[in-house]
Parts: sequence; C-alpha cells; structure tokens
Amino acid sequence: MNLTPEQVERYSRQIILEEVGLRGQEKLLAGSVLIVGVGGLGSPAAFYLAAAGVGRIGLVDFDRVEVNNLQRQIIHTTADVNRLKIESAADKMRAVNPDVEVRTYEKAFAAENALELLTDYDFVIDGTDNFSAKFLINDACYFARKPFSHAGILRFEGQTITVLPGQSTCYRCIFREAPPAGAVPSCAQAGVLGVLGGTLGVIQATEALKYLLGCGELLIDNLLFYSSKEMSFHKIKTNRDADCPICGDNPTITALRDEAQIICPTRGEDSDASP
Amino acid sequence: MKLIIAGETRELPDSITVAELLEIEKVEMPQYVSVQVNEEFVRIEQYNDKQLNDGDRVEFMYFMGGGKIS
Repeated sequence: MNLTPEQVERYSRQIILEEVGLRGQEKLLAGSVLIVGVGGLGSPAAFYLAAAGVGRIGLVDFDRVEVNNLQRQIIHTTADVNRLKIESAADKMRAVNPDVEVRTYEKAFAAENALELLTDYDFVIDGTDNFSAKFLINDACYFARKPFSHAGILRFEGQTITVLPGQSTCYRCIFREAPPAGAVPSCAQAGVLGVLGGTLGVIQATEALKYLLGCGELLIDNLLFYSSKEMSFHKIKTNRDADCPICGDNPTITALRDEAQIICPTRGEDSDASP
Repeated sequence: MKLIIAGETRELPDSITVAELLEIEKVEMPQYVSVQVNEEFVRIEQYNDKQLNDGDRVEFMYFMGGGKIS
C-alpha cells in the first residue's frame, strides 16, 4: 500500500512519530476494528479510530439515539435523535475521514452471530452496557482468539483491561459470571458522569491503535481503575486463573451461550469504600 | 498489622480473614466483588478461611457495566 500525498498530509502528525511512520500508517489503513455498542464508550472510540485512519471499522448496535444519550454519546447530535446509532455514527466517521470503510450491523451481539461478526476484524472494542454482552464478547473473542479491550464506567469511575485470549487474564478470570438479574441496582439509577465514556473509550481506542501498530505495551494482565473524583489511575496486576471456566486448564464453557440479560449493576456503596 | 489495599498502606487488626476485611471495609454485596491477595484470586468460598498476613497486598475489583447505558 502506498500512501497518497493527501494521506501523508492528513496523518502527518502521527507519521512523524518514530513508532508510527509511513509503515505504521499503512498498518492502520490495512487494519480493522469492530466496535460493539456505539454509546458512551463506543462513540469516542469510533471517532478517534476513524480520524487515525483505521482502514475498516465495524459498528454493532441496534439502538436508536435518544435525547438522554447525548450527555455522553458524543458522536450523535440532537438532529440524530431517533436515528439508528450505527447510521448516525457512520455518517460522522465518513465525514471525518473518507479513507475509512465503515460497516454497520443493525443487530445485537449474540451467541448466534458473535463469531461471524468477529471474523473480519483484527481487534474488538467492548462498548456494551450489559454484562450478558460483556461476557459474551469475552467468550467469543476467546474462541476466535481475537484481542479485545474491555471497559466499564459507572458514576465517577471506570475500569478497563485488554485481553489477548489464551495468553493474558480474561474477563472471566476476574469475574466468573454475570450477577443474577435484579440482584443489584442498575446504572440508570446510579448514573454516570458523561466524560467517563471519553476517558475510558479513548483508552480503548489507544489500545486498538497500539495493537495494530505493534508498538508499546498493551494493558494486559492489568485492570486499570480510574477515579475521576480522586483523579487517579490505579493498575491492578492480575494473572490468568488456572481455574477460569473458559481459558483455564479445565474449561467448563466449551460453546458460546447467551447469559441472562443483566444491565450494569452498581457497586452499591459510597465512593469512600472505593479502591 | 499493615495491609496494602488498592496500593494504600492501611493499619488493620491482626490475623483477620478476607470475610472480616470485607466487613471492616463495608464492602456491600461482597458476593459480586472479585478479591485478589498478593496477585492471586481468592474466591468467595475461601473468604472465611483465607487468613491475611502483615504486608499482604489486597485488591477489590467491582463489576462495572456502562458504555451504552440507555
């Protein structure tokens, strides 16, 4: 692949980075990322990956834009209310960067289609809002051996980890399974500061870029916890769990399954007890 | 004894278990918290038996959903 003069100009600020260069930009343009959920996390991730010139970006979401999304889902505007999120997002991404091929999938990420959706992509970003999907992304990426970035946000906090399935700590190594439905309060009750999606979503996009470029150290075997109130980041070192039900020595999960649908529960406490 | 909780050194009663620490720290819904001691996961079945020692590094990891909350 040879960059055109327009491309060299467009990406000049990152091409001058030693770790990127013309070859790195070509890698990005030849690379692909699947973003599952075009909401608080997926919006900024999609915007930045398009701007950076990731050649093919897939968007999976079946929701339409609602007014109460606009506080944090920054790729959508007031004029987009009631439009499909994937279409709203694709328009903005193409407007930012016509180099990028945006593919849209108006569907839920589910056990029946997960592996097929992952097939054509190098890296996956989990921008979903519910634990059922988060565990499914973990499991599907394990079976397909696709690297992915997990993130969650709640109130004033967020956390993220990158997983190289079969090599590094996975989501199930840390959290065995989704909590039962109704056992814990939902995010709709607990709230979230809109900027959290930006902080964490952009970290996820950064991990995708690093993976495609093959530069730096990925956030593997470390759960990064962010507190906006304390304005602190805390890395929790983790190790793969030999007893993990999917990536451990004696796996009990050997096929994809949809878990009960549980929308993000809270930690159920005041931030004083936070790590 | 001293424990390092989330990177911060804290003074706690001697020879407590993980279950007791969760109570002292007022961690609500401990059944949904993932606990690590010295970089090893301690599962809920072990909370009552797992004795903590001076200098142990403890981490609590919480479920966090988010992203596309609608």
